[in-house]
Amino acid sequence: MNYGDRVRGVYQQQLSDIREAGLFKQERFIHSPQAADIDVEFPAGADIQKVINVCANNYLGLSSNPEVIKAAHEGLDRRGYGMSSVRFICGTQDIHRELEKQVTEFLGTEATILFPSCMDANAGVFEAILTKDDIMISDRLVHASIVDGMRLCSAEHDTYKHGDMDHLEKKLQQFQDKRMRVIINDGVFSMDGDTAKLDEIVQLAEAYDAMVFVDDSHASGFIGKTGRGTHEKYGVMGKIDIITTTFGKALGGASGGCVSGRSEIVEMCRQRARPYLFSNAMAPVIISGVLKTFEILNRSTELRDKLEENARYWRNGLTEAGFILKKGDTPIVPVMLFNAKLSQDFSRDLYGEGIYAIGFFFPVVPKGQARIRTQLSAGHDKHHLDKALEAFIKIGKKYKILGKTEEDIIEMYGM
Amino acid sequence: MDEVKDAILEYVIEEYADEDDKITFDTPLISSGLVDSFSMVSLKRFLEVRYKISIPDEDASPEAFDSVNKIADLVRRFTS
Repeated sequence: MNYGDRVRGVYQQQLSDIREAGLFKQERFIHSPQAADIDVEFPAGADIQKVINVCANNYLGLSSNPEVIKAAHEGLDRRGYGMSSVRFICGTQDIHRELEKQVTEFLGTEATILFPSCMDANAGVFEAILTKDDIMISDRLVHASIVDGMRLCSAEHDTYKHGDMDHLEKKLQQFQDKRMRVIINDGVFSMDGDTAKLDEIVQLAEAYDAMVFVDDSHASGFIGKTGRGTHEKYGVMGKIDIITTTFGKALGGASGGCVSGRSEIVEMCRQRARPYLFSNAMAPVIISGVLKTFEILNRSTELRDKLEENARYWRNGLTEAGFILKKGDTPIVPVMLFNAKLSQDFSRDLYGEGIYAIGFFFPVVPKGQARIRTQLSAGHDKHHLDKALEAFIKIGKKYKILGKTEEDIIEMYGM
Repeated sequence: MDEVKDAILEYVIEEYADEDDKITFDTPLISSGLVDSFSMVSLKRFLEVRYKISIPDEDASPEAFDSVNKIADLVRRFTS
């Protein structure tokens, strides 16, 4: 088909519809390394502004850590730039195998396989291990990449109400006729910052003969006393059958992901997971950086401890100021504004005050649940948080929402 | 037909609604984000078992499941 005016018009109309719905995404250009303080050009062509970043997944502040950068440089020198191959042809170096071993030990699992991203891990794992005789039962708020992975799999799927263990139990009872059952969860839910109750989920899995899958992308490296993840927090290490996670957030923030869990499941992924079979091996430079992040985390819990303290300080500050927060104890702290336009205006005003935080609204979150999602980092020092709190309070006062209830705010601004 | 609509509404509320959701016969379910298309599986299964019908996948579209009224119309098509 020729890319003529008619075809061009179809796409132009679709893009126009996206703009009109207020859903058009625009990138902000960062002219500095990822960190608590960044230099941002926004909108395109505007003067560069120094801002405090409270919306990165840079939970441990390792994205620009000097030790990680040095290790990455050394990896580049010793093992080269690219692999020019998938893993099973000629794309596996000793350091790929070493990273898989390190991840296995860190997460307390049986085996691990690397993927180009956690999106790829989630896209590939279900199809590799399940058939049409099986059922996937997922929490309704699982990440989009898990939803895509389930769509690619021939097994039947169903959902249960977010965090509702009675509803999950009902579903497990309903699907006892299936060959295998898998309960599917995020460890930390990225939009709400709450955690899956893995102790109760494991109990149900044992009672109803099900496997447990957890995507711990927003947990690996910092949730739990030694940062192993949500399974450590809930005391069920060794009982989660499949963990997927990313190296693109706390663990250096570059890219890459993995499936870690039962050895047979990992081996099935090595034989059948299409993103593993048909995309390039992770680059040696990134492997080398991630290996260093594990060395840092195995040495001390200092970073995750600082992150925990930062999150507590931030939550307390916002709560005392009179904001409504989603309940939780993770470094994801959603500030609830309920109205979509208010969330966008609030974000814009924050940027004017030198604070970079994004407003989320439907369809990313449910209707009437618009919010500013803030994310803490061990890279934040107290002065960052104090300045950000000051800005939040100033703008909160401007919109007269401090100390107000959800009903008050909805009455003032609508859903 | 009201009995069918009542039964579907009761199921939808129990299965999908949170405490403060107010669902009526006309409330958009999927286009509003109240029910994600993934969760339609259990609804389809409920209809097929309760009304002893088989709804082909091509008829179980998000549009056809977008309100209790529309779902009741679908059930009527396959029971008549």
